[in-house]
Amino acid sequence: MRVTEAAIEPIDSTFTWRDRLLWWRVRWGIGRMSFAVTPGLYALNDPTPESDVFVTANYRMSVDHLRRALVGRKAWILVLDTKGINVWCAAGKGSFGTDELVKRIVETGLARQVSHTKLILPQLGGVGVDAGEVGNLTGFMVRYGPVRAADLSAYIDAGYKATDDMRRVRFDLADRAALVPVEIVNAGKFIVPAMAILFVLSGVSLSGFSVATMLSQGVAAVLALGLAWLAGTVAGPLLLPWLPGRMLSLKGAMAALALIGLFSLRVLPGLTGALDLAAFWLVVPAIASFIMMNFTGATPYTSPSGVRLEMRRSVPLQAICAVAALLLWLAQRVVEVV
Amino acid sequence: MIRYLDNVTTLELDVAKCVGCTRCTQVCPHGVLNMVGKQVEIIDRDACMECGACQQNCPTDALTVDSGVGCAIAMIVGSLRGTEPTCECRGGTCC
Repeated sequence: MRVTEAAIEPIDSTFTWRDRLLWWRVRWGIGRMSFAVTPGLYALNDPTPESDVFVTANYRMSVDHLRRALVGRKAWILVLDTKGINVWCAAGKGSFGTDELVKRIVETGLARQVSHTKLILPQLGGVGVDAGEVGNLTGFMVRYGPVRAADLSAYIDAGYKATDDMRRVRFDLADRAALVPVEIVNAGKFIVPAMAILFVLSGVSLSGFSVATMLSQGVAAVLALGLAWLAGTVAGPLLLPWLPGRMLSLKGAMAALALIGLFSLRVLPGLTGALDLAAFWLVVPAIASFIMMNFTGATPYTSPSGVRLEMRRSVPLQAICAVAALLLWLAQRVVEVV
Repeated sequence: MIRYLDNVTTLELDVAKCVGCTRCTQVCPHGVLNMVGKQVEIIDRDACMECGACQQNCPTDALTVDSGVGCAIAMIVGSLRGTEPTCECRGGTCC
């Protein structure tokens, strides 16, 4: 279906195994930046000039959520160029914003396709869009729909009215679980190299380097980092509401301590000396705390002012624990030789 | 919703400027704002995550908030580079 001023692409609501595979890859951060959809106007189920116009980002998942929420409905879908970033993050950066929306309305010739002046935006797009300004510049009236596309049908059927629940961001177990893979991948970028370095260093003592020592001592060092990784990227996010404290850095340390308790220390081979043991108890919570502090970037409820305060309190403690652990661990190596 | 730190948000409301358009109550994702008669009021200040949507959509600047990137690594990178916190910290993959 082509029209004069801009191409209008047909789109449907079906979700294939290919889509599912793409989502899985996005979750694991495998080339996720290439999941951009071409910006423009899309036609869902042969819309008429009276059909609603829904605006979204050109992040693959954003478009997928929207088209799947509108099964069987005729609709126009206006996809903004947000450089393949989701609605909320793009709105924070301004790319899902007033300027891009106005530009896309003009470029697609939307006013010639529809007979009304109503645009339905995802609520979270409000971070970047000034509804009043869009009205002044284009004549289109912005209505903020629900936070989640899944609520769109109920919103439309209720006469374009969102309930309080539809207006609230949630951070349920499923939402947090969806973030776990990319957290594992991101933290792994510094955890895995650190594992390799510590493993090799484990073989070094005052009597020189020994492969046998490396193999017997290195496992504990690698497991320590692995435990911190697990605490900071899996246990922390999943157990978030139940971990003590409000600061995510504290929650991360608590998750680590819980995991250390769970995986009885006896199962860690090569962890024999008292100094090693102390280092272990210090470093695992410190690293998990740092990883979880960074989870603030993925949570939908932490304020920048709060994160700043949390960092001022936590980073010095994390650093002290990590340095102390390193010194204790090195001291153990010296003690064993003496 | 899980609660974050109390007494940190920079959200401010100048009720005298409010014209009662209700837009802020529509865009707030945490139920911070509520209409009382023809004017808005802050009913849950500590739930504010400083996303900035209310300020962005307020036609009279009645609501102000110091919004920005709330990711720790972005702040660390920003302070090391002497720039504003930026989301491009992990090769643009953090959100």
